[in-house]
Amino acid sequence: MVGKNCFAIASDRRLGVQLQTIATDFQRVFKIHDKLYIGLSGLATDAQTLWVFRILDSFWYQRLVFRHKLYQLREERDMKPETFASLVSALLYEKRFGPYFCQPVIAGLGDNDEPFICTMDCIGAKELAKDFVVSGTASESLYGACESMYKPNMEPEELFETISQALQASVDRDCLSGWGGYVLIV
Amino acid sequence: MTGSMDLPAKGGFSFDLCRRNNMLEKNGLKLPGFRKTGTTIVGLVFQDGVVLGADTRATEGPIVADKNCEKIHFMAPNIYCCGAGTAADTEAVTDMVSSQLQLHRYATGHESRVVTALTLLKSHLFRYQGHVSAALVLGGVDCTGPHLHTVYPHGSTDTLPFATMGSGSLAAMSVFESKYKEGLTREEGIQLVSDAICAGIFNDLGSGSNVDVCVITKGKTEYLRNHQLPNPRTYASSKGYSFTKGQTEVLSTKITPLKQKVEVTGGGDAMEE
Repeated sequence: MVGKNCFAIASDRRLGVQLQTIATDFQRVFKIHDKLYIGLSGLATDAQTLWVFRILDSFWYQRLVFRHKLYQLREERDMKPETFASLVSALLYEKRFGPYFCQPVIAGLGDNDEPFICTMDCIGAKELAKDFVVSGTASESLYGACESMYKPNMEPEELFETISQALQASVDRDCLSGWGGYVLIV
Repeated sequence: MTGSMDLPAKGGFSFDLCRRNNMLEKNGLKLPGFRKTGTTIVGLVFQDGVVLGADTRATEGPIVADKNCEKIHFMAPNIYCCGAGTAADTEAVTDMVSSQLQLHRYATGHESRVVTALTLLKSHLFRYQGHVSAALVLGGVDCTGPHLHTVYPHGSTDTLPFATMGSGSLAAMSVFESKYKEGLTREEGIQLVSDAICAGIFNDLGSGSNVDVCVITKGKTEYLRNHQLPNPRTYASSKGYSFTKGQTEVLSTKITPLKQKVEVTGGGDAMEE
């Protein structure tokens, strides 16, 4: 979610296999650099998933950290969020006919601390937004909650409250998500 | 999963996860749905050039994923392309052909021709036999005049004076068939395109939100983003939700101040040979 010169990225903490919970403190939002974070939701549909592959795809972020470090070495600076979004989109589209099962949410501060957020489907179709982006099993209720609770130009503290309430409200209505949330505000 | 991470891949599609995914599908995993653009895209030729139009809704199954996405993609300063179908495919294909056109411009030194873009698109789509699901309306003005083409996902193309594609194409085509005539002026062209897109927006469930229009004439292109906003959001309460601080129960907080990057400026000593 975008606020005034800041952004917040939040995820729930449950890791599960079908209806069984494996962990209640699973970290899904990963840091690329100080001002750029990516959240990876392994999309579980109504069918059952093999949890090994779902976790492996969530750890796909290590590949992204590797690419970012290469970029930092060559360019001697951090990647801009827009550039990183294009990188993730290209990496996902490369696997167009055998995709990774993850939907990333990217949030960062660009030039002049302009907040940038975007989400993608599992083959890399970027969706930029000025207000909020959502992904995951509870995405339909997240759309609804964020749509009603979002206000433009929120200060960080109010942004924190809003994104937490939206996340909690939505995961309460989804069996496959829950156990609280991690919220990162930059 | 690990594979060879030494070098970034050379380009093109990589199929190494296909076997794994097939195995997962046999075990009951359903592939996550792709974002489609469920669209109305149109184009028409008027007396001085080409007008392209598109709606702005991106859907993911029955849910609207993006209420204001851009479906008119840049190919060259004088060529634009509207895309319908799977969103990732239309974006990737138009970006790729756009860069190929730029390289071609550098090599030849001339303005790109619409048929060049058309051939690049159709050969790419035919090579993938329709699996790259991108249906495009390509329009532009080059030294040979204004051109409008449609490209289908399997690689076939049509050259037409007015064209519609996408789920709302029938609604838009009905407007075109009744009102199109040769030699339209710019204002009439824009009005007709907006009417056709609005017909798609209001009558097709997969299209919605706003109207984007792009007018291409010889030497000038105007991209009218959100030319019409027929679906303003009127139902938001003016007060909105306001949450007082402390309403959310916090288990733990960690605050990390970001290190400031210090730029060292000032003349350094010139390197001595």
